[in-house]
Amino acid sequence: MFAFIVRRIIQAILVMLVIGLVGFVIQHQIGDPIRDLVGERVTPAEREVIRDQLGLNDPFYVQYFRFVKNACQGDLGLSFFYKKPALKVIVSKAPATIELVIVTALILIIISIPAGIYSAIYPKSWFSRIVMAASTIGVAIPVFLTAIALIYLFGVELNWLPSYGRGETVNIWGWESGFFTWDGLKHLILPSVSLSSIMLPLFIRLVRAEMMEVLETEYIKFAWAKGLHRERVWYIHAFKNTLLPVITVFGVQLGILFAFTILTETVFQWQGMGFMFLEAVERSDTSLLVAYLVVVGVIFVVVNTVVDIVYGFVNPMVRIAGTK
Amino acid sequence: MKSWNRFKNSYLLYSFKRDPVAILSFCVLSILVIISILAPVITPYNTYDSATFDIMDAETPPAWMEGGSKSFLLGTDIQGRDLLSTMIYGLRVSLLIGVGAVLFQALVGILVGLLSGYLGGKLDALLMRIADIQFSIPYLIVAIFTSAIFKLAFGVGRYAELAVPLLIIIIGMSEWPKYARTVRASVLGEKNKEYVEAARVIGISRWHIMYRHVLPNTLTPVLVISTIQVAEAVMSEAALSFLGLGMPITKPSLGSLIRAGFEYIFSGSWWITFFPGALLVIFILVILLLGDWLRDVLNPKLYKG
Repeated sequence: MFAFIVRRIIQAILVMLVIGLVGFVIQHQIGDPIRDLVGERVTPAEREVIRDQLGLNDPFYVQYFRFVKNACQGDLGLSFFYKKPALKVIVSKAPATIELVIVTALILIIISIPAGIYSAIYPKSWFSRIVMAASTIGVAIPVFLTAIALIYLFGVELNWLPSYGRGETVNIWGWESGFFTWDGLKHLILPSVSLSSIMLPLFIRLVRAEMMEVLETEYIKFAWAKGLHRERVWYIHAFKNTLLPVITVFGVQLGILFAFTILTETVFQWQGMGFMFLEAVERSDTSLLVAYLVVVGVIFVVVNTVVDIVYGFVNPMVRIAGTK
Repeated sequence: MKSWNRFKNSYLLYSFKRDPVAILSFCVLSILVIISILAPVITPYNTYDSATFDIMDAETPPAWMEGGSKSFLLGTDIQGRDLLSTMIYGLRVSLLIGVGAVLFQALVGILVGLLSGYLGGKLDALLMRIADIQFSIPYLIVAIFTSAIFKLAFGVGRYAELAVPLLIIIIGMSEWPKYARTVRASVLGEKNKEYVEAARVIGISRWHIMYRHVLPNTLTPVLVISTIQVAEAVMSEAALSFLGLGMPITKPSLGSLIRAGFEYIFSGSWWITFFPGALLVIFILVILLLGDWLRDVLNPKLYKG
C-alpha cells in the first residue's frame, strides 16, 4: 500500500513538472516579461539591462528551475493587466466559480435522483417517457444554446431574471458571496440552471439504469417476499445500492462541470475564473494564462491522486494492477 | 456485386429497415451532408465574397415577418449576409472540422493503441500512462487551453487564416486517448487468438500481422465510437468558436454564427442565433441517434440502460 501511494505521488509530481514546463515554455516563447514589467516605452538598451538583471539570458534549464521554485512558493508571476500577482487574481475570482458549481451540483442532485428513481419504478408511465425523450434531445443541445435560450426567455422577453453579472455580493472573511443577498441569489438562477442542463440527461439516465438493475437483484426479490412495504423496498433497500456508482460518476463529472463553467461564465459575464481566463487570452496576458494553467493542473492532479489513493484503500485490485 | 448481396442480406440492413428513428436520422443526416457539400452550387449567395452583401441589409428579419425581404428567406445577419447561405457554409465548416478531427484522432489513437497493445511491455506502460493522464483531464479543457495557446502563439490574424487545420489538430489531440484505449483493449483480446498464432507460425512478420490481421478485427468498436466522436467533435468546435477561439466571423462555423448573433439578442434579433442554433442541435442529434443505433446493432453486449 505504501509503495502504491509513493508511486502515485511521484507520478503526480512528474505530471506537475510537465505542466509547469508547458506553462514555462508559453511564458518564455509567447509572453514578454519585460513588457509585463515596464510597458512599451523603454529603449532596447535599457530592456537588455533589465533582461540581464532578471536573469532572462540564463540558460533554459536554470530559468525553468527558477520558475518551478517560484511556483512552489506560490509565486506565479505578475498579471500584465491587473498589475497584481497572478495567483491573487485567480484566488479573488475563485468564489464566483465555486458558488456556481455548488448550486449546479445541488440542482443536479435534487432533480436527477427523484426523476431517475421514478422512471425506473414506472418505466412505462408517460412522465418517464417524456423524461427519457427529453434527456436524449438534451444531450445534443450545447450548454451555451441553453443559456442563450434562457436569457432570451427570462431576461429579454419576460424580464423576470437578471441575465448577466453576479449582482450584489457580501464579503464574508474575504469570500465574495452571492448566497446571502436576494439579488445575488436571483443572479445565480439562470447560470446554474443552464450549467446543470448539460449534466442532467446523463445523471437521470445513470440513476434510472442503476436503479433498474438493482430492482432485478435477488435481495430485492427477497425483500418483496418478506412482504415489506413497497416504499421501504424502493427508497431504503434499492436506493442505497443505487447511490454508490452514482456518487463515483458524480465525482468524475465534477471536473467536467468545471470545464463547462468557462462556457457558462462567458455567456452570463459571470466574474469567475473561466471568464477571467478568456479575458486573459484576449488581452494576451500570458502570465495570468500560465498561472491559470498551473492552478487548474494542480487541482486536477491533486483530486485524481487523492481519488486513486482512496480507491486503492477500498479496492485492492487497483493497487495490484498498478504494479504490473 | 457480391459484396452488395452480402450487404443486402446483412443483419445491419435488416435492423436498419425496422428502426424508424434510424431511418429518419439517416435521411436527415444525408440531406444535411449533401447540402453542405454542394454549398457553392445551391446557396443563393456566396457569403465568403464580401462584394455580394451589403451592410445596409443587416438584421433583416425572416421573409414571413414584418420588414422581411423576399430575397432573404431566413433574414440576414449583422453584416447583411443572407442567413440561410451563411448557415449552409457554416454547416460545411462544422462538418469538415468534425470529420477531420475524428480522422486525425482515430489515426493517432489507432496507432498508439495498436503499438501498445501488440508490443506491450515498457512502451505499453508509458503510452497508456500518458493516455490515462490526459484522460483524467476533461477533453474540453484540453481543447480550450490548446486553442488559447495556439491563438497567442500564432497571433489573431494568422490563427484566423489557419483556423480549420489548427482546430482539426486541437480537437483531435484532445480526444485521441479514447481511441487508443478502445483499440488496445480489443488488440489484447485478439492477439492470443489462434489465427494470430497461426500467422506467426508460418513466419509472417510482426508488422504484417499487426496491420493485416489484428487491425481489421479491432475496427468494429472503432466504428461504433467514431459516430459519437463526430458529434462530440462538432460540439467541441462549436464551443471553441463560441468562445472566440475557433473559426473567425468572416468564415463562420455554426458556433461563431451563434456567438455573433448572441450580441444582438438583447435588441430582439433572435433569428441570427436561433436558426444556426437549431441547425446545430438537429445535426448533432441525428448523429447521436445514428451512433446509438449502430452501437446497439454492432455491439449488443455493450448495451445498457
